[in-house]
Amino acid sequence: MEFLVINVLNGLSYGLLLFMLSAGLTLIFSMMGVLNFAHASFYMLGAYFGYMVNSYLGFWWALLIAPLICGFLGAVFERWSLRKVYAGGHVPELLLTFGLSYLVLEGVQIVWGRSTVAFKLPESLQGPVVTLVSDGAQHLSWVWRWQDPALLQSLCNGPLQNALQNAQTLNQCSPFPMNRLFIMLCALLMMALLWGVLNFTRLGLIIKAALTQPRMVEALGHDVPSVFMLVFALGTALAGLAGVVGGSTFITEPAMAASVGSVTFVVVVVGGIGSLVGAFLASILIGMVQTFAVAVDTNLVKILQGLNVPMNETLLHNPILNLTLTQIAPILPYFLLVMMLIVKPSGLLGKKA
Amino acid sequence: MIKNFNIRPILIASLLLLQTSSFAQKGETVKIAWIDPLSGLMAPVGSNALKGFKFVAEEFNKSNVAGVKFEIVGMDNKLSPAESVNEVTASVDQGIHYVVQGNGSAVAGAIIESVNKNNERNPGKEVLFLNYAAVDPDFTNSKCSYWHFRFDADTSMKIEALTTFMKDQKEIKKVFLLNQDYSHGHQVAKYAKDNLTIKRPDIQIVGEDYHPLAKVRDFTPYIAKIKASGADSVITGNWGSDLALLIKAANEGGFTGKFYTYYVSTTGTPTAIGTSGEGKIFQVSNGNYNMGGKMQSLMAEYKKRTGDDLYIPAILHIFNALTLAMNKAQSTNPVKVAAQLHGLHFDSVNGALEMRRLDHQLQQPLYITTWQKADKKSPYSPENTGMTLAVVKTYEPYVSSTPTTCVMKTP
Repeated sequence: MEFLVINVLNGLSYGLLLFMLSAGLTLIFSMMGVLNFAHASFYMLGAYFGYMVNSYLGFWWALLIAPLICGFLGAVFERWSLRKVYAGGHVPELLLTFGLSYLVLEGVQIVWGRSTVAFKLPESLQGPVVTLVSDGAQHLSWVWRWQDPALLQSLCNGPLQNALQNAQTLNQCSPFPMNRLFIMLCALLMMALLWGVLNFTRLGLIIKAALTQPRMVEALGHDVPSVFMLVFALGTALAGLAGVVGGSTFITEPAMAASVGSVTFVVVVVGGIGSLVGAFLASILIGMVQTFAVAVDTNLVKILQGLNVPMNETLLHNPILNLTLTQIAPILPYFLLVMMLIVKPSGLLGKKA
Repeated sequence: MIKNFNIRPILIASLLLLQTSSFAQKGETVKIAWIDPLSGLMAPVGSNALKGFKFVAEEFNKSNVAGVKFEIVGMDNKLSPAESVNEVTASVDQGIHYVVQGNGSAVAGAIIESVNKNNERNPGKEVLFLNYAAVDPDFTNSKCSYWHFRFDADTSMKIEALTTFMKDQKEIKKVFLLNQDYSHGHQVAKYAKDNLTIKRPDIQIVGEDYHPLAKVRDFTPYIAKIKASGADSVITGNWGSDLALLIKAANEGGFTGKFYTYYVSTTGTPTAIGTSGEGKIFQVSNGNYNMGGKMQSLMAEYKKRTGDDLYIPAILHIFNALTLAMNKAQSTNPVKVAAQLHGLHFDSVNGALEMRRLDHQLQQPLYITTWQKADKKSPYSPENTGMTLAVVKTYEPYVSSTPTTCVMKTP
C-alpha cells in the first residue's frame, strides 16, 4: 500500500516537472507556431544561472532571477535572430533553434566545464515532508515534517542496527522528500498563473488575438512583434524556472538538456500540439508510466503465461520476451509517441490540423 | 696518408652508433591515442581521465627509465563502439602504436576486435591496447587477446574481494543487484550471485534489475522498488552519473541499507553523495584516496593544477609498465614492447605487480574502502566534500587473483 502511494507521488512529481518544462514549449508553439528546438537548452541555462545566483544570493533569489535572465535571453534571441527568419517558414526556424541548442551546449561547457556543478537545495527544502509508515498488516499512517521527530524515530525503529534485529515486526517507512512537493507546488502554481493570464487578462486577449488576426491587432494599435517577443520570453523563462527546480533536485551538468529535450517533445505531441491542458495530462501520464514501469516486476513471458497462452521452450527463453518492464521503462515514452501518432495524430487534446 | 688518418671522427661515430644501438629508444616520442568520451553524459569522467593521462605523461617526460617522451592524442568516441573502431583506424594512419581506453566494456570489446584485425592484416603497423578501466572478465578469458593488456582489476577479481569482505558482514541478509544494462552490469550481477551462493548461501538475492547506461535521471522508482524488496544491501557496478544519482535518490527515499560499489570515486559522484551516506557506502578498487607515496604527491599536484582529482591508479601502472618494457626491449616497437609486457613484473603505486602471462590481466592488490569524514589517517578529500574513502581492508594479489580460461594465441 505504502509502495503504491509513494510511487503515485513520485510519478506525479516527475510528471509535473515534465509539465513545467513542456509548458513553455507548448506556449511558444501554440501562440507563435514556432517549434523551439532549443527549449531544453533554456532549461539547462536556467539550472546553471540558478547555480550561479544560488552561490551568491541563495536559492530563493535564484528561483526569481534565473528565469528572468532566461526570459531576457529568449527575448534577445527572438528579437535579433528568430524574427528575421519567420518569413521563411518552419524549416529555417527549426534549423535556427537547432543550431542555438548546440551553441548553448558548447557555451555552457566552456563557461562551467563538462563536469557536474554542486547545485544544492536549501536546507528548508531538504529532508522528508511526510513519511509514510506501514506496519506488517499494511495499515498506513503518516508523519508530517513538523511533527515530533521522536515519534518518527520510534515508528521507524530508529537506526539501522536496531531495525535489523527485529526485522519481522519492522515498520516500512517511506519518506516523501520536500523538494518533490516543492516541484508539484511550483508546477501547479505556474499552471494556474499561466491559465489566468491567458484567459482573464487583457494581455492574454491580445496574445491570443495576435496569433490568429495579427493584422487586425496591429491595426488596433498593438505592437504585434513585441507581443511575440514577450511570448517567447515567457516560454523561455518558464523553461528557466523548470531548470532551477530540476537542476537543484536532480543534477546540473551539460548533458541535462539532451536528456530531457526528447521527452518534452513526446509530452507536447502526445498532449496535442499547442494544448496546455493536453500537455498537462500527457506529462502526468508519462510520469506515471515511467515510474510504474520500473516498480512493477514483470516481463512478456510472465504476462503471456498469466493469460494462459501456450508457449514452447524457445519462446520461454526468447531474450526479447524476457526483457523486464524495468529494462524497457526508458523507451516507453517514445513507444507511446509512436502509438499516439498512429492512433490519434492530433494528440490527446489537440485541435484537428 | 696513413699518417694523416684521423681516427677520432670514426671513433666518435662508432661510439655514437653503439650508443644508438644500445639505447635505440632514447629520446623517441611515443604517441598514445586516448579513446574515450569527451561529450555526452559521461564526458566529465572522460575528461578527467584525459587530463590525468596528460598530467602523468608530463611527469614521466621529465625522466623515465626508457628515456622516451610521451604524447597523448585525445579522441572523443562519444561512448560509441563504432566511433572507437574508426578512431583506432585513424590512430594507425597517424602512425600511433598505442591505444588506451577505459570507459565502457562495450567499447573495449570493439577496440580489441579491431586491434586484433589490424595487427593480423598490417604487419609493421601493430597497435597495443592498454585498457585502464574496462572490467568485463571476458576480455581476459573467452575473448582474450595477446594485444590487449588490462591494468585495472576485472569484475571477477573485484567481486572476489568484495564478497570476501561481505562474507564477514553478518548483518547482510538480503541483497539487491542493480546494474547498468550492458555487458559490464550483467557481469557484475552474474559474478556477485555466483560468489555469494558459495560464500554466504544464507544471503537472499531479493532483486536483480538493469537500467540503461547513462540515461536515467531519476532513480526514485528504483529506490522504491529496492525498499519494497526488503533489501539491506545493494551491489552495483554503476559509474559516473548512474551511481551519483542512484545514491542521491537513495538518501532522499530513505533507503537505510548499504551500497557495495565499484566507482564512488568517478568524477561527480563524491559531490552527489556529499556528507550523507557516511559509513553506508563501500567501494572495491585497485586504488584509494590515501595511498601515500608517489600517488599522493601526484594527486596533490594534479589537484593544485587542475582542481580535479586523480583517482585512476591504472594510469600510473600503464606508464610504469610501458617505460620498463621499452627499456627492456630497447625499443618502442609495439611488437617488441608487447613481448616484454607479456608476463612483466614491475613496481607501481600499489606495490609489486605482475602482468599475468596467461591472460594479460594485471595482478594487483585491491582495497575495500568506506565513505566517511576525512580525518588525520585518511586526509584526502575528493571534490572538496570534506569526506573521503578510508581503507577498511586490503586484499593482496593472491586473494583477489582469479583463474582464467584464456587460451592465448602468441604470435
